[in-house]
Amino acid sequence: MNRRKFLKQSLAGSFTLGVALQGKTLIARTVQSITESLEEDWSPNIFLSLASDGTLSIIAHRSEMGTGITTTLPMVLADEMEADWERVVVVQGDADSRYGDQNTDGSRSVRQFYKRMRQVGALAKHMLIEAAAKQWDVPVSECIASNHMVVHTKSKRRFLEFGELAVHAAKVEAPTPSTLPLKEASERKYVGKDIPIRSIDAILNGSAQFGMDVRLPDMQFAVIARCPVLGGTATKWDEAAALAVPGVTKIVKVPFATAPYEFNALGGIAVIADNTWAAIQGREKLNVQWEEGAHASFDSDKHHQELLDSATKPGKVVRKNGELTDGPPKGGQRITASYQCPHLAHASMETPCATARITEDSAEIWMTTQAAQGAQGRIAEALGLSPVRVTVHITLLGGGFGRKSKPDFGVEAALLAREVGAPIQVVWTREDDIQHDYYHAASAMHFEANLDAQGKPTSWLQRSAFTPIGYTFNPAAKQGGAGEMGQGFTDIAYELDNLQVESCDANSHLRIGWLRSVCNIFHAFGVGCFTDELAAAAKADPMLYLLERIGFPRNVDLDAMGVSYGNYGSSLEESPIDTGRLRRVIFKAALMSNWQEEYPLLPQKDGIRRGLGISVHRSFLGYVANVVEVAVSKDGALSIPNVYVAVDCGLAIHPDRIKAQMEGAVVFGTSLARWGEITGKDGRVVQSNFHDYRVARNSDAPASIEVAIIENEELPTGVGEIGVPPFAPALLNAIFAATGKRIRSLPLKNHDLGSSD
Amino acid sequence: MHIVKLSVNGETRELPDLDPETPLLWVLRDHLGKTGTRFGCGKGLCGACTIHVDGAPARACITPASVADGKKITTIEGLEGRVADALRAAWSAGNVPQCGFCQGGQLMSAEHQLRTSPAASKQARDGAMEGNICRCGTYTRIRSAMDQASAGLGGEK
Ligand code: FES
Ligand code: FES
Repeated sequence: MNRRKFLKQSLAGSFTLGVALQGKTLIARTVQSITESLEEDWSPNIFLSLASDGTLSIIAHRSEMGTGITTTLPMVLADEMEADWERVVVVQGDADSRYGDQNTDGSRSVRQFYKRMRQVGALAKHMLIEAAAKQWDVPVSECIASNHMVVHTKSKRRFLEFGELAVHAAKVEAPTPSTLPLKEASERKYVGKDIPIRSIDAILNGSAQFGMDVRLPDMQFAVIARCPVLGGTATKWDEAAALAVPGVTKIVKVPFATAPYEFNALGGIAVIADNTWAAIQGREKLNVQWEEGAHASFDSDKHHQELLDSATKPGKVVRKNGELTDGPPKGGQRITASYQCPHLAHASMETPCATARITEDSAEIWMTTQAAQGAQGRIAEALGLSPVRVTVHITLLGGGFGRKSKPDFGVEAALLAREVGAPIQVVWTREDDIQHDYYHAASAMHFEANLDAQGKPTSWLQRSAFTPIGYTFNPAAKQGGAGEMGQGFTDIAYELDNLQVESCDANSHLRIGWLRSVCNIFHAFGVGCFTDELAAAAKADPMLYLLERIGFPRNVDLDAMGVSYGNYGSSLEESPIDTGRLRRVIFKAALMSNWQEEYPLLPQKDGIRRGLGISVHRSFLGYVANVVEVAVSKDGALSIPNVYVAVDCGLAIHPDRIKAQMEGAVVFGTSLARWGEITGKDGRVVQSNFHDYRVARNSDAPASIEVAIIENEELPTGVGEIGVPPFAPALLNAIFAATGKRIRSLPLKNHDLGSSD
Repeated sequence: MHIVKLSVNGETRELPDLDPETPLLWVLRDHLGKTGTRFGCGKGLCGACTIHVDGAPARACITPASVADGKKITTIEGLEGRVADALRAAWSAGNVPQCGFCQGGQLMSAEHQLRTSPAASKQARDGAMEGNICRCGTYTRIRSAMDQASAGLGGEK
């Protein structure tokens, strides 16, 4: 819902609170009229509106793709405000820069907005209390708010419902939020509790509205034939044949993009029809001839080799502690290994989809988007409009995983709607989705370590080569820079006197984008598996060996080492790399799995080999350890009876959704570790749908996933991504424990786990 | 041309201009505005589009309208009854959905399984869900919710 509409509906007799950031201070004011709220010098984000019947509307300005964020953040506000959750209505906010950042990725929602939501809640509560005190003519200190009403504590008999106070609270002058006290932990009402997610009923009865469910009068549907090779163009197509399909109304050429591709529409030949099926059928008749261009030579076999060659040669040093040594000390050994991971596609359950309605000087877009403001900006640019003339409505997202942060499909819908002169819904088929994604990087990593006679590393070199996201924005980019290298590589938290981390070149042939956990996926894989290799070489228990590498509880101060490190946008002071927290999740996962009794679970039964593997990773400021149990049959069939997850994400705001994200991450990890692979041949992506881009099904998912949340009061972190990285290495380490097979490239489907005996 | 006649959730609809080869998925979504049946793959691979035709599950994306001519179609919007109630209650109690996109299809498959084979083993029950992908990975919760619903209906826990 847009702000103006929301205001119109909510202003009459209500208490509507807007807040804005001025510099670093949050300031607040009640909003009395629409014009006032649109004043230049006062542009608040409307966060809540209390109606005189007590209904409290809270704006969810982030996108909902399954993490529960549009339940969690409003719940934090309601808790602080002492509002009754039963009387809260969550309203999805549109794209509006006044909300602050809306880009729902990078696991940032909770991190960025937890405190702000609390402050707004505290503010509203304070103003309601002040209004009540004034009504009763008693000191504010004698009143408290509780369960959607203000109570006079001294008399205990006087109380006023929040709704009754709305008009009065609207007249109270808003104090500066930072001056208000926040609740103590013991006073929390909803934070830490499992509140049902807000759309559950609509999901279960089919009425939930995803991007693809938008229906407008006179709307037409479009599918686009895009060049199978990145950067190619169409030379010829059969318009008449496509138009002959009943229901097809028009063929439109969308201008072909050239590098850098950014979030522009890729371009192609669009088939417009009065239903989706006709558009799909029409596209099949187009018979487009392509001029494929430079990427036609892209071949994954060659590309993977190229990456590996790059990683085995010296790269750019991004971190150096001490000096590497050539050979191991006396009685020690030198271990080297290289690891590889392929490109991945997001394959969110709902494919990209956007609907646009355009007038001469404005545009309205409905979109399954993680980045509403990004979409707004790009669409405005493509149409030559000012962003304020472009309204972007955020629908529910049928999954996102980072794909829906890229608004290219919104731009397509806008361009087509303008060209056709009718509302257009652009539908991406699954084939479109798999073959024209912003792919997760393909990578190669190389490690060289010297161990002393006790198995302790005295020298450790690690290199990473991967197709950088920067390529999408600058075709000359060959390395990921501090941001991507800092996702689990530069920030390795081991106690190593002599360490060198290097970044190596990679050529890209596809649009590269961020996918759930991003570079942490392959970096955790490389580091986690190599550590296990060293443990085996040292004949040590991998869990204890891992703990030894992490060393004593301390903060790894990369700043002091002069290392360029982003720390996910947070300072190391506020969110240090705390090895104590890494240790704690390892202990917990080990305990849950009964590691010390069970490892490595070798006893065979009926030829089934079983094993346990462990891994740990810090990403997006959260800490997760996995212990995975596998069972491998003689002929190599793999099953995963148990996974144990220990997570430290700071204060657990919504334990059930944290668990759900950890469970989902394990299944996501299962998909990528076992089958996830996008390959190129003759410049084209080979895979096209779930038959050849397989994702985990019910029977593939681990039989049991147990999640433990470490309780603490640290700053809460997001949880959408932190669960994925440790899974694949823990799985492969378990396979080694069970079979003795050391697998160094993903996915597993390319390897035979069968035993010859 | 033969006019396709469908009964959708108890309501009879005639579709005079419809190409009878149009998959039911698009008939429901684009012609009849019943958008609870979701598009996930278009190839019968993911189960997001699962509906019931005369009570039996079908993948709407690969079922031509002609096949359902004169038959009873049930979509997630019209899924009712004792089994559906038990399933929805169990799904709610277990907070099963994440993004929710696949869940209508999951419920359609689950309802058919528990309605037609109430005494089936847990293994058979899980097997009936094999065709429904959940990219968010809610499988362990789907299995528990089915166990719970099944037990509530008198089946094996
Ligand atoms: S959309 Fe029909 S099975 Fe996937
Ligand atoms: S809940 Fe998102 S795909 Fe199943």
